[in-house]
Amino acid sequence: MINKLKQRLFNDWIKPSQLKQAGILNMNKRNVDYIARYNDRSAYPLVDNKLKTKLVLKEYEVSSPKLLEVITEQHEITGFRELVQKLDGFAIKPAKGSGGKGILVITGRDGDAFVKPSGSKVDLADIQRHLSNILAGLYSLGGSPDVAVVESLVRCEPMLANYSYQGVPDIRIVAFKGYPVMAMLRLSTQASDGKANLHQGAVGVGLDICTGQALHAVQFDRSIEHHPDTGQPLNAIKIDDWHKLLVMASRCFEATNLGYMGVDIVIDEEHGPLLLELNARPGLAIQMANGTGLLPRLHAVEALRRPHFTAEERVAWSMAQLGTADKQTDQPEAKTELTEPVALGV
Amino acid sequence: MSRHSKTPFYIATLMLIFLGIALAVLRNQSMGVPWLPGVQQPVWLVDARIDFQAWGDPVTVSLNVPDNAPGFATLSEQAASPGYGFAITNNKGDRRAEWTIREAEGPQTLYFKTRMIPTSATEAAETGTDAAPLPTQIFLEEPRATAALTLIEQAGSRSSSPTSLARELISQLNSPKPDQNTQLLLSDASKIDTLYQLLNYANTPARIAEGLVLEDARRAQSLQPYLQIFDGESWVTFNPRTGEQGVPENTLLWRQQSGSLLDVVGGSDSQIHFSILRQTIPALQVVRAEADANNLGALSLYQLPVEQQSMFRMLLLLPFGALVVCLMRIIVGIKTSGTFMPVLIAVAFVQTSLLPGLAAFISVVTLGLLMRGYLSSLNLLLVSRISTLIVLVIFITVGISVIGYQMGFATGMTVTFFPMIILAWTIERVSILWEEEGAHEVLVQGGGSLLVAVIAYLVMSSPLAEHLSFNFPELHLVVLGAILLLGQYTGYKLTELRRFSPVRKYL
Repeated sequence: MINKLKQRLFNDWIKPSQLKQAGILNMNKRNVDYIARYNDRSAYPLVDNKLKTKLVLKEYEVSSPKLLEVITEQHEITGFRELVQKLDGFAIKPAKGSGGKGILVITGRDGDAFVKPSGSKVDLADIQRHLSNILAGLYSLGGSPDVAVVESLVRCEPMLANYSYQGVPDIRIVAFKGYPVMAMLRLSTQASDGKANLHQGAVGVGLDICTGQALHAVQFDRSIEHHPDTGQPLNAIKIDDWHKLLVMASRCFEATNLGYMGVDIVIDEEHGPLLLELNARPGLAIQMANGTGLLPRLHAVEALRRPHFTAEERVAWSMAQLGTADKQTDQPEAKTELTEPVALGV
Repeated sequence: MSRHSKTPFYIATLMLIFLGIALAVLRNQSMGVPWLPGVQQPVWLVDARIDFQAWGDPVTVSLNVPDNAPGFATLSEQAASPGYGFAITNNKGDRRAEWTIREAEGPQTLYFKTRMIPTSATEAAETGTDAAPLPTQIFLEEPRATAALTLIEQAGSRSSSPTSLARELISQLNSPKPDQNTQLLLSDASKIDTLYQLLNYANTPARIAEGLVLEDARRAQSLQPYLQIFDGESWVTFNPRTGEQGVPENTLLWRQQSGSLLDVVGGSDSQIHFSILRQTIPALQVVRAEADANNLGALSLYQLPVEQQSMFRMLLLLPFGALVVCLMRIIVGIKTSGTFMPVLIAVAFVQTSLLPGLAAFISVVTLGLLMRGYLSSLNLLLVSRISTLIVLVIFITVGISVIGYQMGFATGMTVTFFPMIILAWTIERVSILWEEEGAHEVLVQGGGSLLVAVIAYLVMSSPLAEHLSFNFPELHLVVLGAILLLGQYTGYKLTELRRFSPVRKYL
C-alpha cells in the first residue's frame, strides 16, 4: 500500500531536460512566447464570437455549418416554433460561449418533442428557456449579453462517428502563422459527457500532419489503445481529404490574423469538412496525443526566412517538413529548414 | 504581435531590485533599523544623584549633562526632583540641566537619568564651535615657568604634532622616575591640571573633560578627568593616566565643555554620584525613539498616526501574498479558483488565526453551496444571483457568530473578518465548477486555493515578513521586481513535469 503510494508520488515524474529534449511546449512558454507575441488582442472578439467567425471565414472560402437563424432579441423567441417547423435537426449555440457550454443539439423530432443525441427528449418550452438563458449571457464569457445561433445539424461521416460515444468527433489543428503544425482527432466519451473537451475526459488521437493517419491516443493525458466506450481500436483511423482540411485551417490565418490558434473542424457526411470554431488559446494536450512536442515545429516555422503567401503553399511546406516521416530519417529538423524557403521559393 | 527586445526590461527590473536592496541596506546602516525582528540593543542607564544642604532660600542647581558624547547617543533624559522646576538649557554648546525652587531647606536629593546607546561614531561633531578654539592664557610664576618651558622643550624636540606633544608630556609626567622639573611641577598641582597648563602654555588648545567608566550595576561612581587637545581639526581625547589616545571603550564623556560640572546656588555640601545599569531593549524601539527625537524618520511609516499604521501593516503584507500566488501558479502550477482569492482569504486568516479561520471558511462556503443549489434551479440572472448570495452569506456569518457565541465559542465571531463579497463569488465559482466539471475539479481547485491561502498566511503572519515589510517598505521594490521577472518565466511548471511524464515513452 505504502509502496504503491510511493510509486504514484515519485515515479510519474519527468525531468525538465527530458521534456526539453522532447520539445514539449509548456503553459508559461505558450502564453508568453506564442499567444502574447503572435495573437493580437484586437483579433480576440472575432474568435470569441462564433457568429463573427462564421461570417468572416465565409469570405475566405472556409465553409462552416449552415447558418439557419440568429436570435438576438427576447421577443423573437416566441416565434421560434415557426422557425424550426420544417427542420429535423439543428444545433443552438451561444455566440460567445466557450468550451462547448450552452450548446443544445437536436437530432430529430418525436411528435411535438425534440430528441437530443443521447435519446432524451425536450419540449419547446425547454428550448425557449434555453434560448432565453443564452440571450441573458448565462454561457458567455464574463456573463455579457449574447445572441443565439441556430445552425443546421452536422451529420458526422459514419466511419468516424463509429469511434465516438454520442458526440460528433472533431479535428483540432494547431496553425502557427498559417502553417498547420499539429493535429488531433477528439472523440467524446461517457466520461466527457458527449463533449469533445480533452480535459473533461475526451479521447485525443494524434494525427500525422502529412497523411492524417492516427499516431497515438490519450485520455486524461495517459496513453490508451482502444476507445473506452466503443472499444474501437484507435490506431487504424485515417482521415480522408486530409489536404483539404489543412488548407482550411491554413486559410483561417488570413481571415483572423491570429498567429497561434486552434482550428476545430468536423466532417459532415454530405458537405465534407466544416469549420466549427477557432480558439486563440489552444491547449497543450495535443502534444501528448501526438507523442511529440510542438516546439521543434514552431521553431521550424519561426526560422523560415521567407514565409509562403498562399494556404496551399504553406500546407505543402508543412506536409513536407513537419510530419513524422522526415523525423524517422533522423535528420535534424532545423537543418532542412534553412534550405527550404529557397527550394520552395515562389 | 510586437516583439520588443527584453534587455531594457531586464535592466530596469534588476535596477528596481538593486534600488530596493540598496535603500534597505542604507536604512539598516544609517538608521540602525535591524534586519531581524526582536534584535536587542544594549542601553546604558546612567543615574546622576545630586545631594546638597539647602539654606531655606531660592535654590538653583545647574548640572552639565552629556552633549554629543563620542561613541554614545542619547536615547532619553529625565529628571526626578519633587517640587523643583526643571529645564534643559543650551548656552553656546554648554548643555545644562537646571532645577529651580522658590524655597528649600535641609538635605535635598535630585536625580538626572539618561539612557545612552553605544554608537559606532567615535568622534561626534562638536556643536557651537565654528572657529578653531584658542589656547587658554596661562601665567606661571618662577620657578615653575622655567620648569614648564624645559619640559615642553624636551617633549617638543621628540614630537612633531600637537597629539604627539601631548603623548610625550603624559609619558614624562607618568614616568616612574620623574626628573626634577616634573617633580617641581607636580608638587603643588595635580597631574591633569599640570598637563592642562603645560599644553596651553605650549600654545596647544587643551581642556579637561570628565568621563564615566560604564560598568554594569555600579553605584556611587564619580567622574574621571580626561585630557582633550585640539589638533587643528577636532578635539582628541587622551587618558592622562595611561597616555592612550581616544576615548576608552565604555567610557562616557559626561562633560567636555569648559563650564563647571555642578553649580548649586542657595545650598552647600553638594555632592554628585553616578550609578550605572546595563539594559537591553529592542533595537527597533531605539530607532523609533531616535527618529522621533531627530525628525530623521521622515520616510518611516512610524510617523503616521497609529490607526493608519495598523492599516498599512496589513496593506504592506499583501505584496508578499501576491508573490506567493505568483510562485504557486507560475512555478508550481497549483490551480486556484479565482486568481487572488487565496490572498484575501489569507488576510482574513491573519486576523482569525489559522484553524478557526479554516473552520469558519469551510463551513460558510459549504452552507452557501447548499443554498446556491436551490438558487440555480430558479434560473436567476447573474447579478441578482450573486446579490442573493451576498445576502445569504451575511445571514450565514451572523448565524454562525450568534450560535457560536451562545454555545460559548468566541471564535465563531471571527467569521466576520472574511470579505463577504469574495465569499459570495467563491461560492458562485465553486458551484459553477461543480456543475460543469464535476466534484473532482472542485476538490482540486478548492484544495489548491486553500493550500495557497495557507502558505500565503504562513508567509504573511511570520514575524520576519511583518517586520521587513513595515520597517523596510523599499523591499517591496524587490518583491515587485521578482513578480515582474516571474511574469517572464517560460520554463516548465512543477505540475507539468508530472502531467507530461508519459512523454518518456516517445523519447
